[in-house]
Order: sequence, then structure tokens, then C-alpha cells
Amino acid sequence: MVPLTSHIVINPVAAFGRYSRLLFHAFGAVAEISSYRSNVWRQMVKVGVESLPIVILAATFSGAVSTVQTSYQLVSPLIPRSIVGAIITSSMILELGAVVTGFILAGRVGARIAAELGTMRVTEQIDALETMGLNSVGYLIVPRVIAGVVMFPILYIAACFFGIGGGMLIGELGGFVPFEEFVFGAREYFQPFDPIFGIIKSLVFGFLITSISCFKGYYTQGGAEGVGRATTQAAVASCVFLLLADLLLAVVLL
Amino acid sequence: MISVSHISKSFGEKHVLRDVSVDIPEGETVAIIGRSGSGKSVLMKHLIGLMQPDAGTVTVDGIDINAITYAELRRVRRNFGVLFQGGALFDSMNSFENVAFPLRTFTDMSDADISKVVKDCLAMVELEDVGSKMPSELSGGMQKRVALARAVALQPRYIIYDEPTSGLDPETSNTIDELIRNLADRLNVTSIVVTHDMHSVLNIADRAAFIYEGRVHWTGTIEELHHSDDQILKAFVTANEYKIGPS
Repeated sequence: MVPLTSHIVINPVAAFGRYSRLLFHAFGAVAEISSYRSNVWRQMVKVGVESLPIVILAATFSGAVSTVQTSYQLVSPLIPRSIVGAIITSSMILELGAVVTGFILAGRVGARIAAELGTMRVTEQIDALETMGLNSVGYLIVPRVIAGVVMFPILYIAACFFGIGGGMLIGELGGFVPFEEFVFGAREYFQPFDPIFGIIKSLVFGFLITSISCFKGYYTQGGAEGVGRATTQAAVASCVFLLLADLLLAVVLL
Repeated sequence: MISVSHISKSFGEKHVLRDVSVDIPEGETVAIIGRSGSGKSVLMKHLIGLMQPDAGTVTVDGIDINAITYAELRRVRRNFGVLFQGGALFDSMNSFENVAFPLRTFTDMSDADISKVVKDCLAMVELEDVGSKMPSELSGGMQKRVALARAVALQPRYIIYDEPTSGLDPETSNTIDELIRNLADRLNVTSIVVTHDMHSVLNIADRAAFIYEGRVHWTGTIEELHHSDDQILKAFVTANEYKIGPS
């Protein structure tokens, strides 16, 4: 009974406590950001610029496949084909753009952050930073979280652009929806709040993925096996909390 | 001066340190010796505030490092250079950048001055030519020497060595011992050497504190260590001599 209670209740609560404490330290270290500026730029390149190709690829194919499948399902002569453009545009802006980007970053960026920090922890590099008199949370975690929060919305915008573009392209080339009708549908049903909602979502996702991965990596224990465990946990926990946040934001904001 | 006064530390049910008191006088080289798992590395982490004791105090130059803010603790830590067991070189930087890192972070020195200090530090550990090499391209002994160059770059008042010779061949161990002794003489620093290598202790230390089952079992000068009748200490030293072999 006690181990089960510990596993289900105490461990998650204790982990949440340590995560909150780490974030508290991180917010405290934001004031020293001028000391870590070059690290912020480096992380923005790693999180954002280096993720761009895979995000573009995944978003383009998501948009294209969604267009083909939506066209396949909406074959009634009573439904105008422009509705395909409306559906693809809305779903990319409201959901797919942020979620596809989120899953890619959870795997690519989240796992990398956890592995990097985990290796630094088990090889005493984090202790070395601390003993030099450096704030290791400020130096290692704050730049990564800032990079996630700043770059994720940019990646989201790129994902929407290329996702809708991919849908438009396959619609035209495959004869599913002519270009003009796709654009007409997209414009007709466009809601100005949708991209704002998407950007809010991407900010939250960027924060969750980077902060959770930093937390898992920073507190890694147990050598190479521990680094492997932290990396897997970072990717899985990021995806789970991304889905929870997705639902919560949709319920609250839509 | 560093003063450890009646500190205790437990991890769950395991009592690692029990009422430990040690004084580390200014300018001396003190070895903290003991078997693996005796608590000496835990004691080392208390000296720089990487761990907080459950009871007792650690004072550095009269400042209780567990009763100050994190910002103040970081200022105290800048008096220390630490050589970690595995070197703990930053693997994303080459040797030059590793040694330059504390200088770039904590001083306003120009690039030319930093370059000169880094070259001097690397020369001090007899590794002038490895500046462009990444840590993964260096042997274990070379990594420790670069880490030592990094530890002394800011001219600390205290240098802590965590198992400086573990995992090294006897010849490289002797080189590291010689470097530690030279640094203590040239820079007039206070050195704390955490080790179970008695050969190293006899080479470099002025005093020793023997940790046994989480307590300070014996303290004294190296001369006193030679003549001690303490059976537990003798057993530890003899086991080391047997490992070293008759000279």
C-alpha cells in the first residue's frame, strides 16, 4: 500500500515541488541574463534555426495529407470544395501547426536538452560551474527556456505557412481543390482570434517542453543509464503535458 | 582558513558523516583520507556548499557558508578552485576555452590578456600545445591537468582536489602529485586533497584527516602519521603500501 501511494501520489507531488523550485530559481536568475546573453543566442539557433527544416517538412506533409483526406471525405455536390481550404487553414492554425511542431520539438529539442544537461550532471560539469561561483540554473536553464519561448512561436508560424501551402499545392496539383477555391474558403472562414490562440498555445508549449526537459536533465542521477532515463522521460513528459495544455487552453480560450 | 565544526549528514537511513570536525589551516596542504564510501567526497562537497549539513557548520574565512544567501555563497566560491575526479571539463569547449571560461565570465580582461593567462596556466601543467584539442581528444591524465589549469586560472586561495590520481597510471599520478606540490609552493594556496592514495598523501600533504565510518578517526601531521599506533589507521596505510609494493 505504501509503495503504491508513494508511486502514485508522493513521487509526482515531490517532482512537481522540485520543478517549481527550479523554475523559481530560474526566474530569479533572469535578472543576470546579460551575463548569459551569448548562451541565449546559441540556444535560439539550436532550438529554432536547427529545428526549422524538420518542422517545415512535417507541416508541409501534414497539410498535404489533410487536404487529400478531407477532399476524399467531402465528396457531396452540396458541399462547396472551398470548404476544404477553410478546414485545412483552421486546423493548421488552431491545432496542427502548434501540436505537430510541439511533438517534433519534444523529441528533437527536449531529448537533446535532457541528454546535454544529464551528461553535464553525471560528469560533474554542473558542479564545476557552481564551484566557480556561477549560477548554473541561470547559465544552463534560463537561456534554453527563453530560446523555447521565443523560437517556438516562430516555428509555429512557419509550420502554419508551410502546412497551408502544402495543402494548397497538393489541392491544385492533385486536382482536389483549385487554388482559388482553397484561398476563398480559407479567407471566408478565417477568424482573427485563431492565430492569436495558436501563438498563445505555442508560447505555452515552448515553455513546457524546454522547462520540463531542463528539469529532467538537471536532476539526472546514475551515470549513462540515468542520462538515458532522463532523456526518455523528458520526451514522454513533454508530450503528455503538451496534450494536457492543449486541452486546457482549448477549453479556457475557445 | 576553513573550519568544519560538528557536521552530520544522512541520506535517508544512511549516516554518511557523524559529528565531523576538521580545521584546514591557511597555506597548508591537508589530505582527507579514507576508504571508498567513508564519506570523504561528501565532506568535500560540504566545504564549498554543494551540500548542506543536517547539523553543524562550515566556515570559510569566518563566514558560515550555510547561513548566507546564494549570491553571497557564489562570491565565497570564487575563492576556490576545484579539480573534480573526472576533470569535469566542459565537453562543448576545447582546452583553451575551458581554461579561459572563468576568466571570460568573472573578469573584464581583454582577449589578449586572457590568451596570455591561459597559455601560462597550460604551461604550468606542462600542456602548452593542447589548447585547440577537445576534452575527448585528451587522455585521462591530460584532462585532469587541463582541469587543474582551469582551477588555478583565477588564482584561487583554496584548491580542492577530489581523488586527483584515481584511474591514472603510477607515472601520471606522480606527475599530478608533483604539480599539486609545485602549485602549493608557487601560488601559496591552501590545498585540500580528498584521496585514498597514500602514496600521493605522503608526497604532497602537510597534514591528514582520516575519515572512518563517517567520523574523523585521526588527524595529525604526516610525520605523526608515520609514527601513529592507531590500528585502524595503520591497517589503512598498510593496505595502501601493499598495493604500492615494497620500495
